[in-house]
Amino acid sequence: MDGMLALYIFMLAAFTGYEIIGKVPVILHTPLMSGSNFVHGVVVVGAMVVLGQAETPVQQVIGFFAVALGAANAAGGYVVTERMLGMFKKKED
Amino acid sequence: MTIPIYVQGAWFVGALLFIFGLKGMSSPASARRGIVIAGYGMLIAIAATFLVPGLQNLGLMILALVIGGAGAWISGKRVKMTDMPQMVAIYNGMGGGAAAAIAAIEFARGDAHAVTTIVLAVVGALIGAVSFTGSCIAWAKLQGVLDKTYRLPAQNLVNAVLALVAVALGVAMIVLTPAQPGLIIGFFIVSLVLGLIVTLPIGGADMPVVISLFNAFTGLAVGFEGYVLGNPALIIAGIVVGAAGTLLTQLMAKAMNRSISNILFMPMVASGSGEEITGTMKEVSAIDAAAMMRYASKVIIVPGYGMAVAHAQHKVWEMTELLEEAGVEVKFAIHPVAGRMPGHMNVLLAEAGVPYDKIFDLEEINAEFTQADVALIIGANDVVNPSARTDKASPIYGMPILNADQAQNVIIIKRGKGAGYSGVENALFYADHSRMLYGSAQPMAGEIIQHLKAMA
Repeated sequence: MDGMLALYIFMLAAFTGYEIIGKVPVILHTPLMSGSNFVHGVVVVGAMVVLGQAETPVQQVIGFFAVALGAANAAGGYVVTERMLGMFKKKED
Repeated sequence: MTIPIYVQGAWFVGALLFIFGLKGMSSPASARRGIVIAGYGMLIAIAATFLVPGLQNLGLMILALVIGGAGAWISGKRVKMTDMPQMVAIYNGMGGGAAAAIAAIEFARGDAHAVTTIVLAVVGALIGAVSFTGSCIAWAKLQGVLDKTYRLPAQNLVNAVLALVAVALGVAMIVLTPAQPGLIIGFFIVSLVLGLIVTLPIGGADMPVVISLFNAFTGLAVGFEGYVLGNPALIIAGIVVGAAGTLLTQLMAKAMNRSISNILFMPMVASGSGEEITGTMKEVSAIDAAAMMRYASKVIIVPGYGMAVAHAQHKVWEMTELLEEAGVEVKFAIHPVAGRMPGHMNVLLAEAGVPYDKIFDLEEINAEFTQADVALIIGANDVVNPSARTDKASPIYGMPILNADQAQNVIIIKRGKGAGYSGVENALFYADHSRMLYGSAQPMAGEIIQHLKAMA
């Protein structure tokens, strides 16, 4: 990928991250940390591509772990975040 | 390898939904919808990846997805709310490990890459590996598997040397492309050990900030490996999380009045307070405490981690409902670092059924303590220590505190007479208008409930 283009993406994504957190109330910090933890679970997509191209047994083993770890990051991150956020209710509803 | 446009498009939609989802989490009302939206983004991104042409090892891939995904799904469903911080830590560490593993394969393939690509692959691998082992230690400490704090002699020197060696090996990999297997393996071993050694001496109380820092690390690692793989969805998701996590880490550290470098490199100093504490601790019985609150017009409850450890939040909410039936206005005041992560206490109270519009953070409620008849402090200590305002010699000087000492009466439910985790004595416990209710939070709240029912 074009290096400069990637630099622009890095910059804009960093600003987006800052903006999103800046407006979040303290009560949501733990679920949000957990939610952002879920989002970087997208690493599983990269791991799948890499495993899909693995040729040697060593690469296959490492790739297998990469996909398993990434999938655990995504699935676990989703479940705990959803459970926490499901508890926030206004009174009597 | 060229990725077809429909896969690219699906990844784009995934990245878009992640950002929408995270934005939705900025308000309690839309927060749950936010995570569901982000979840759809993840499903779309993963499903589309199967359409990448020429993928091999599909059986292995599905097996890995099922093992990793199902294992984490089940453990995530079962974990208790009080144990949530360490679960976040371990899932986060896995993401870091995945990013490091991706880099490892890229190095092993030894394809000719541009210098920028190799640099980012190395940096991503280093921070991903540190996040992986560091998060495992954080999990072990909070889970109680590892309850000792290991501190090497000249810890900071060891840290510095290890970090330098890791960076030097990384530079060697960039210069000597394609790197030899020995160099690659050495680099990963040093990086993994670095994560272990840096995290081992950090105490459990500081761990939330460290988990948040590693969360940001994993995000950056994913973003950098995304560049290596030429996948903008990984770059965007990773960097957004990296930036958000960095800010969140700063907010947490600020709330504890500790700098991040302080947490990483200095142990918490348990020095005594410089100010003389006058007065004695005065005990109160549960029945008197119940009466004080029953006939008050306004009560502010300050819950601390001690309440969560005692699993008293359900009893405390039951007590709150009884007080409200008796016409008492009850509010919860949450210090930013109450619990083990910012907002952790809110989750624990939410689990017990406390509606979030009764829960107030420091800035919102501090002015109201002067109008409160009773401030009830349950298992909290340092966050209500007035010496943070006045005593420059105190290690917690400057930390924002809840002004519970300004209430007409203060009742403190506490297991014993010991100091807080900072080791600092609390002058509030000796104040004339303070009363100590000794005991574990759950049975004490239970006793108060019995007395309140008898008074109704």
